[in-house]
Amino acid sequence: MPDDTILEVNDLQHHFDVSPPALDRVLRGKGRVAVKALDGVSFSIRRGENFSLVGESGCGKTTVARCIVGLYRPSAGNIVFDGVDIGRLKQRNAMSRVRRRMQMVFQDPYASLNPRWRVRKIVAEPLVTHRLVTDKAELRTRVGELLEQVRLSPADGDKFPHEFSGGQRQRISIARALAAHPDLLVCDEPTSALDVSVQAQILNLMKDLQRRLGLTYLFISHNLAVIYQISDRVGVMYLGRLVEVATADQLFSTPRHPYTQLLLETIPRLDPPDGSSGEREPVAGEVPNPIHPPPGCAFHPRCPLANDRCRNERPSLLIADDAFVACHAVHEGRLSSRLAEPHSPARCD
Amino acid sequence: MSELTASGTPASVPERPQRWMRFVDSDLLWSFSRSPVTMVAAVIALVIIGAALLTPLIAPQDPYDLASLSLLDATAPPAWLKDGSWNYPLGTDNQGRDVLSAVLYGTRLSLLLGCSAVILSFLLGVTLGLIAGWRGGIVDALIMRVADVQLSFPAILIALLIDGVVRSVLPRQVQTEISLYVTVLAIALSYWVHFARTVRGSTMVERNKEYIQAARVIGVHPARIVVGHLLPNVVGPILVIATINLATAILTEATLSFLGVGLPPTEPSLGTLIRIGNDYLLSGDWWISIFPGIALALLILSVNLLGDWLRDAFNPKLR
Repeated sequence: MPDDTILEVNDLQHHFDVSPPALDRVLRGKGRVAVKALDGVSFSIRRGENFSLVGESGCGKTTVARCIVGLYRPSAGNIVFDGVDIGRLKQRNAMSRVRRRMQMVFQDPYASLNPRWRVRKIVAEPLVTHRLVTDKAELRTRVGELLEQVRLSPADGDKFPHEFSGGQRQRISIARALAAHPDLLVCDEPTSALDVSVQAQILNLMKDLQRRLGLTYLFISHNLAVIYQISDRVGVMYLGRLVEVATADQLFSTPRHPYTQLLLETIPRLDPPDGSSGEREPVAGEVPNPIHPPPGCAFHPRCPLANDRCRNERPSLLIADDAFVACHAVHEGRLSSRLAEPHSPARCD
Repeated sequence: MSELTASGTPASVPERPQRWMRFVDSDLLWSFSRSPVTMVAAVIALVIIGAALLTPLIAPQDPYDLASLSLLDATAPPAWLKDGSWNYPLGTDNQGRDVLSAVLYGTRLSLLLGCSAVILSFLLGVTLGLIAGWRGGIVDALIMRVADVQLSFPAILIALLIDGVVRSVLPRQVQTEISLYVTVLAIALSYWVHFARTVRGSTMVERNKEYIQAARVIGVHPARIVVGHLLPNVVGPILVIATINLATAILTEATLSFLGVGLPPTEPSLGTLIRIGNDYLLSGDWWISIFPGIALALLILSVNLLGDWLRDAFNPKLR
């Protein structure tokens, strides 16, 4: 049902200008250089769902998040939030209404809270900015409720961020994000700076909040265990493109794209499956330089199944069984025999 | 605390004692108590500032009131020398002005001038630095190139230039009246660069931190982000520069006045007093310039020492 879609991202592109300084370009005849951090990413998220993006460092996961919340302006493509094309909003007022419904939890809990503000003021900022609460006493009660919602005490509002541990700070960050009653929460690696036991607490809290408040999450992580625990659907990114989108269960049980398989193989196992010695195959090659991405399929230099078509023609995200995969080998049946007919350019919802 | 809040009582009742305890506990006070030099400097600075504030009450004579001066008492030596009188504890100058009173009023004027100049250059520098660091690009390039060019001239030269321009433009009568403001402006314009560069640097670091981005995601107006989030986080190191610049500003004013382009002899600052006394130094009337000189040296030294201590105390890595 299209009505069910809360966020739709179509052919999103974002290029970073990494050109040498203007004088260099003129004197030495150098041209402009752009890094294609995002090179045509499309996906959509249903209301109440938990959609995750996973991939190696530098694959563009964070750039997607920042484009969606408006920290970066996309170079091309559009982002439709609840029927409104965000890129077209020019007025601050209109943007501000969308902003209220879409909040972000950042990666580093030590950098994402203003060190000179008391927690009360930090959590109240969205309420004050959007004039949701104007009465002082009411603001105090509301902040107290928010802090309790993330299992902190209302009295913690009088402290400064440096008096808290990493996990507690991340809770403050979540409380701030929840203050304005958002529909969509973009979480950019919210647990990667925390140690494992605290990670679990935060993830459980987030799941709990999702159930209680009917939130939709766009969750970004490089940690497959975290992804597995929290996601409904997962998109795998490689070098600025989505290579596979599937439900979490499918992705982890039957990964289709060679890159997804490679990612899953990197998870250390205590009990190697039958027929394997437990020795892991070393991963061939490295992520290519995104300034000069390889032609065709970006993954072909590292892919064991690459042929001439992979080297020349860029695969698009097509349906394969009930997942979406961008791989010639999968669609040609070189990888697996039980594949459906390739459909025309797919929308993965 | 949590019980208080639950029952509806504001949790911030013990706010003040908490804040006081935090101040007593702070590293700042600890490092202060460990540095005898700083304590001496603080005492001297406090005495000088106190004297400057209370000058009209404690000065034996009003040196601006020409009617109270008597030429008969001109160039009287300090009280403890032969021919000295306790009417004029530190002697008198060539016009019969009490040196002690002149030094007191001069210190008052020098401090006022230094503080105004520092505040003005602080406002100017911090504003321009914030704009340059926040906007970046062409605005940044423009502001910082101006700053670079200005930094390549000695501050005193710029002050002289501004002073000279004003003097040649305005009639003589007006000059004397506004010379105080011109001097403040000249000094402020020669020292804003230090503030601007430091603020720009820390702004560029802070603006990419996630708490600034969080504010942008919330939808806070950019002006509010700069004033509410950025400014409190970049202003710390600037206060240290301000303290050290206070000493430099007072010294620059003294130099300008010594060169005769600062304050007029009718309204003498410490620098003017030293210049006036300089003419009589060789004829043996040393007290006219030595006492203002000592006052100036003590003031500069104590402010500088306090500034140095503040710099070290704010930067634990230097300890």
